[in-house]
Amino acid sequence: MSGSVLEIKNLHVSIEDKQILKGVDLTIKGGEFHAIMGPNGTGKSTLASAIMGHPLYEITEGSITFNGEDVLEMEVDERARAGLFLAMQYPSEISGVTTSDFLRSAINAKREEGDEIPLMEFIKELDETLDFLEIDKSMATRYLNEGFSGGEKKRNEILQLMLLKPEIGILDEIDSGLDIDALKIVSKGINKLRDENFGTLIITHYQRLLNYITPDYVHVMMQGRVVKSGGPELAKRLEAEGYEWIKEELGIEDETIEQNA
Amino acid sequence: MTVETKLSFDKAYVEQFSKKRNEPEWMQKFRLDAIEQAESLEMPKPDKTTIRNWNFTEFNHDFKTGESVSSIQDLPEELRDFFDEKQAPENLIIQRNHSVAYAALNNELKEKGVIFTDIHTAIREHADLVQKYFMTEDGVYVSEHKLTALHAALVNGGVFLYIPENLQIETPIQSIFWQEDPEITLVNHVLVVVDKNSSITYVENYLSHNEEYETVANIVTEVYALDGAKVAYGAVDNFAAATTTYVNRRGIASRDATIDWALGQMNDGNTVSENVTRLVGDNSTSQAKAVSVGRGKQTQNFTSVMHHDGKASDGFILQRGVMTEGSTAILNAIGKIEHGGTKANSEQESRVLMLSEKARGDANPILLIDEDDVTAGHAASVGRVDPLQVYYLKSRGLTEEEAQRLLIHGFLDPVVSQLPIESVKKQLTQVIERKIN
Repeated sequence: MSGSVLEIKNLHVSIEDKQILKGVDLTIKGGEFHAIMGPNGTGKSTLASAIMGHPLYEITEGSITFNGEDVLEMEVDERARAGLFLAMQYPSEISGVTTSDFLRSAINAKREEGDEIPLMEFIKELDETLDFLEIDKSMATRYLNEGFSGGEKKRNEILQLMLLKPEIGILDEIDSGLDIDALKIVSKGINKLRDENFGTLIITHYQRLLNYITPDYVHVMMQGRVVKSGGPELAKRLEAEGYEWIKEELGIEDETIEQNA
Repeated sequence: MTVETKLSFDKAYVEQFSKKRNEPEWMQKFRLDAIEQAESLEMPKPDKTTIRNWNFTEFNHDFKTGESVSSIQDLPEELRDFFDEKQAPENLIIQRNHSVAYAALNNELKEKGVIFTDIHTAIREHADLVQKYFMTEDGVYVSEHKLTALHAALVNGGVFLYIPENLQIETPIQSIFWQEDPEITLVNHVLVVVDKNSSITYVENYLSHNEEYETVANIVTEVYALDGAKVAYGAVDNFAAATTTYVNRRGIASRDATIDWALGQMNDGNTVSENVTRLVGDNSTSQAKAVSVGRGKQTQNFTSVMHHDGKASDGFILQRGVMTEGSTAILNAIGKIEHGGTKANSEQESRVLMLSEKARGDANPILLIDEDDVTAGHAASVGRVDPLQVYYLKSRGLTEEEAQRLLIHGFLDPVVSQLPIESVKKQLTQVIERKIN
């Protein structure tokens, strides 16, 4: 379906009574690649978790809608089935459940009963995607994320993204802890999804990921808000000059949420 | 056949029962001696569970014949689940109530001297072997407590399996104990003797249906692995909610012998279960893996013991329990190394997962070591489902129920995946599914 829209308005989020997001506005449409950048501790990951419905985050004000539906009224699994996906920074280890069994359950969760993916079709698609992401086939039979290296976990998140084919993929620091080769492979996976039906929100504090994935829009977060937006050239300038110039421009002394709390 | 109702048992009853069964004199004497002891012996005392108010001693006792089964296709569906649908097992006894309803044993095994028969026939026809191994000092002995003595006096079902020396048998040997009658107790004895350097896979299933009428199951298993023998022993217990069960599975491993257990303890009623492996011989080894799922208001006590006598023996206990609704379970794991058991290694891991606020569980690790030159270790945990795991799974579109289901199967997988027969593994998975939904 073309033209999906994720719309975030005036979003305020707190965790354990501590206000973290203080009014985020952001709209992501199908086909658009957005990058959110910013130093550590400015609320980027909180935004990702809040969109997906992490149980520890409380929305105190504002709204999130997806194709006009109120996301905040949806359970986490309903959000996923509606077409949202979050590649997590710290995915859980699920002992006793193989990656392959899990993926099949997840694919079937989106399909109607009686319309489950045929086993052979699933295996073929899984094999092809494992090859594409240069992941060892043995991962399919290993317990999900258990004993995976940091890099394996990130690749597994991208594997899930590619097989589940969401409309909007949110990638929370998918580049952290990856060496340059792994970074290229992960980027290759994300770029393969680029079409008019797929929108993404890439959260990173390094510009280097954006050397491989060109965003259409770049946003900078500080103090729990989006303080500046622009095109790919904004990312380049951040790499060259850092964040100081933005802070000066906006009169911000401490960019983290602490100061303004 | 009329059903006799007897709520207490004396010598006269036992004598009459034995006579009616046409048992040899030694067996009658054995039973009479046992019933005499039963009167004065104490009940067993499972650690951390009070069973004072459980009824193990009053029940309807009899030998009830079950209708024979000519083809396994004629069995009800819940029994057909025990097999691979395409192929009837080559070596199978189905006990229906207390008699054999179906029996098959591969001819080649028969010719080589394998004995696989019901316990009553074994008592009459293989007295030399049975007398040598049936409830002796080495195995489960009569005077351990009231329930072992009652068992000896009132045994009314079971099988005897004997494997002669030097036979490697790949095809599994399977028993199904189907307590079809809802009112009569099952006092079942399984005696397995695997002679030197032989190996087998044995699997058994218990099934009853009494949701309302309260009855008792008293199960004793003795497994002898003689020098160099290897036994893989799998079981799925599935007694209905109104059966109170005492089950005692004991293995005796001689020099270089191995006994590996994979037990699916899926009873719906109150249960006391002991699984004791005596590593008597040098270099003997055992892995005892067990899962249980509690539901309703049932209370269960599982005790798994590795008893190291021999030198360089190696024992590993792995227990996992999932408690739902208002169920309670205690998982005791005991590694005991006797003086002289040098170089022994005793490891254990017991984990309980509680799924509801009302569920209770405890894992109780015990190491008792009377020798210096040994290694031992234990791990135990009691916990609830990790909300972040559920969040992660839900974020991929799985519903709350589906996420929990996956986590439970995952939690039990280290044991379930070890079951030696594919069809039984599948069946255990189905029973787990029924119990958690």
